[in-house]
Amino acid sequence: MLAKTVGPGAPQRDHGSHAEQGRSMLFRRQFTSTDTETRATLQAMMLSLDQAGIGAEDASNVELILAEALNNVAEHAYSDGAGPVDLLVSIQRNGLVCTISDRGRPMPSGVAPSPDLPTISPPDELPEGGFGWHIIRCLTSELVYARDQGRNLLSMRIPWSGFD
Amino acid sequence: MDISTSRAGPALVITINDSRVDAAVAIDFKESVRLAAEEPGTPVILDLSQVTFLDSSGLGAVVAVMKLLGAARPLELAGLTPPVAKVFRLTRMNSVFTIHPHPPGSLQAAG
Repeated sequence: MLAKTVGPGAPQRDHGSHAEQGRSMLFRRQFTSTDTETRATLQAMMLSLDQAGIGAEDASNVELILAEALNNVAEHAYSDGAGPVDLLVSIQRNGLVCTISDRGRPMPSGVAPSPDLPTISPPDELPEGGFGWHIIRCLTSELVYARDQGRNLLSMRIPWSGFD
Repeated sequence: MDISTSRAGPALVITINDSRVDAAVAIDFKESVRLAAEEPGTPVILDLSQVTFLDSSGLGAVVAVMKLLGAARPLELAGLTPPVAKVFRLTRMNSVFTIHPHPPGSLQAAG
């Protein structure tokens, strides 16, 4: 809880207390982890971000890291067959926070990967994959993975892209 | 996948007319571009100016096409929108491709 309380008649001076109290949900959808439902979910989310006045660069950062994280859920957590995913995007003072929940297999090592970029040395070494986690790590300022009662919970903070 | 081709001098230009190259279409993209590249012309310039979203699956598909074409027909890229350019930059794949700011024949390229 916030120590400071604001009375009903007090002027609203800052970004508002909603964000700080975590009641600033921008988008939520429960869907199945197929490529087409993931795509439809991201497109619906982008519409919500646009309607909320989120800038193009911030929105595209969110879309990219969510695409990577949701592709990982489909490919790894649900490699035996598609399953339910719950996506939540909320706005906070220091960025957008995205939480993905699924009931698939846990991360193999129990922690979210933080790999180096694959070796790029053309013409012999031209990787076609292995970029996803690198992209996620590049664009997030905070990332938490937890396994709780058979669910994977991945929470990521995407900082605002620029203050000019 | 909606793709069209044209010639620009010796080059074959393959234009992607869809806005997304993601996991849902990566395999289709690879196959469609491979078929389009059966037409003559070198280098092969991939016009991505209408693509506003590309993830690492899409990036992998672009790299796969480059490998399929081989050294004799270099794959070059043109017209990367800011979100697409970012993916190439973050993965350092921008160092692998020749990247043109605009597709051949566009007003910007001519000016």
